[in-house]
Amino acid sequence: MAKKLMKGNEAIGEAAICAGATNYFAYPITPQSEVAEYLSRRLPEVGGVFVQAESEVAVGYMLFGAASTGKRVFTTSSSPGISLMQEALSYMAGAHLPVVLVNIMRGGPGLGGILPAQSDYFQATKGGGHGDYHIIVLAPSSVQEAVDLMILAFDLADKYRTPVMLIGDGMIGQMMESVEFPEQYQTPPSPKEWALTGAVGRKPVVIKSLFLDPIALEKNSLELAKKYEIIKADEVRYELYKVNDKNKLLIFAYGTMARICQTAIDELEEEGIGVGLFRPISLFPFPQKEIYREVIKPNIKALLTVEMSVGQMIEDIERCIVGQKPLGFYGRTGGIVPSPDEVKAAVKKQLGLGK
Amino acid sequence: MAQDVDIILSRPKALSDNITHYCPGCTHGIIHRLVAETIDELGIRERTAGVAPVGCSVLAYNYFNVDFMEAAHGRAPAMATGFKRLRPDMIVFTYQGDGDLASIGMGEIIHAANRGEKFTVIFVNNAIYGMTGGQMAPTTLPGQKTTTSPLGRDVTTAGYPIRMAELLSSLRTPAYIARAAVHDPMYIIDAKRKIKRAFSYQIANKCFSLVEVLSTCPTNWGLSPTVSLEWLEKNMRPYYPLGTFKTPEDEVEKK
Repeated sequence: MAKKLMKGNEAIGEAAICAGATNYFAYPITPQSEVAEYLSRRLPEVGGVFVQAESEVAVGYMLFGAASTGKRVFTTSSSPGISLMQEALSYMAGAHLPVVLVNIMRGGPGLGGILPAQSDYFQATKGGGHGDYHIIVLAPSSVQEAVDLMILAFDLADKYRTPVMLIGDGMIGQMMESVEFPEQYQTPPSPKEWALTGAVGRKPVVIKSLFLDPIALEKNSLELAKKYEIIKADEVRYELYKVNDKNKLLIFAYGTMARICQTAIDELEEEGIGVGLFRPISLFPFPQKEIYREVIKPNIKALLTVEMSVGQMIEDIERCIVGQKPLGFYGRTGGIVPSPDEVKAAVKKQLGLGK
Repeated sequence: MAQDVDIILSRPKALSDNITHYCPGCTHGIIHRLVAETIDELGIRERTAGVAPVGCSVLAYNYFNVDFMEAAHGRAPAMATGFKRLRPDMIVFTYQGDGDLASIGMGEIIHAANRGEKFTVIFVNNAIYGMTGGQMAPTTLPGQKTTTSPLGRDVTTAGYPIRMAELLSSLRTPAYIARAAVHDPMYIIDAKRKIKRAFSYQIANKCFSLVEVLSTCPTNWGLSPTVSLEWLEKNMRPYYPLGTFKTPEDEVEKK
């Protein structure tokens, strides 16, 4: 298929349709309302369902009900709206329901602002709702990757019967880039055997997260935990940029921040300073072993985590590197995006090089 | 005649064999049976999906012989919306109490009704929070004593009980909205008729439908089952008038 110039938000909507997901529930919120606007036109063309809900709280449960049919369902929102969906996320994780959510992050906490941020990392990766659960979290760094990961998100949701979140900052949603969609649009998969399809010739099926018997509840939590172990073993995704055996420093960054770091790395290279980038693509599962493997290489003297937050992913990096090398941090938040120059200065400081 | 007796004495196919956890004298059992009889009579058991609430009927999925989802507190109408939009061929009902529907789920019920979602709501109003132990509900009567209104509901701070059937009837979107009671056989027959009518509108893909059913809570009212029935008649019926508040035909007549 020919390349198209598309805004990230609209490309995400089209990517879902590519994946055979034509059932969308949402509430408008900046900076991703274009997804709903796009899909309100597009879904009727493909026989899909578009519902503008009364709140993100309702969206969460519309997704629960819709996912119970066994069809592919999704929503898109931004930070405050995603907070309102955390209760339903906990319920859907507990009930083993496949669903895809997109969080085009803006600055917080509270109402915060409407400019790009990465300050929902904790909420996404550590479980924003109550209970023993995780969701798969994928972080694209370009519009094309948002399209590819969106399609993957539906496959992973179905494969593991779990909610999957695509997490991008406002830049991913708002910028226009050329994208390519797959030639073949998928037909929606047929409803699964666990779905509610009517008790015809079988016992009634119940989809729930309620287990009053502690033994049964523990069993459900252990089933979830087992699922996460498989996900940790099989679904880690990351990308290395200019990582070699001469670099003295390794940067950790994801999403748009990783692209800015790439520019900084290119410019530092011209100055004769070799720096590599480790970009986690799956934030849960986190590339723990892969990070450790890179960090212990003898040429690496120092590490730097760069985020559009006051430091959230860095806690996972610390967990991975177990104090092996000195780890620094640079971040801006509140909607401020660090420039390549700021990243370069942070790299030099971490390497003990003067200004 | 013999056949009718068989039906009355046997369990509807839409009810499971499980023994309910409801307190002695509670009228949930009657309402469950009315819904199950309706499902049987309309021949829809194999294409029905229910949504259970949080409250005394949280385990309703154990008692109905149909597919079920368990909702979060108040969110049953949103879940029913998501399900029914994707499966318009199926019959969907929510079964909700007054705390669930009229307090924490007020937003969801009003907007589902206003969008004209084609599912049926069985709204059980017993003027109290049952499962959590008898606290004040949005439907608790003025002066009624509960564990969180020990001196009686004070309308100057808690406001007046919400009449959900009337409130939902004020929406412009066509719907079937009725209120019934189950404290007396005559009213039980009327409640059954209204519940059947609500499901029939859904089968005809006509409109949103809701039947509010006045119910008892002997345990938390602190009354015997029989005195509870009298209490409902004497105290709830005057505040919550029975009747059909709205039908989709009203709209046609207005035009």
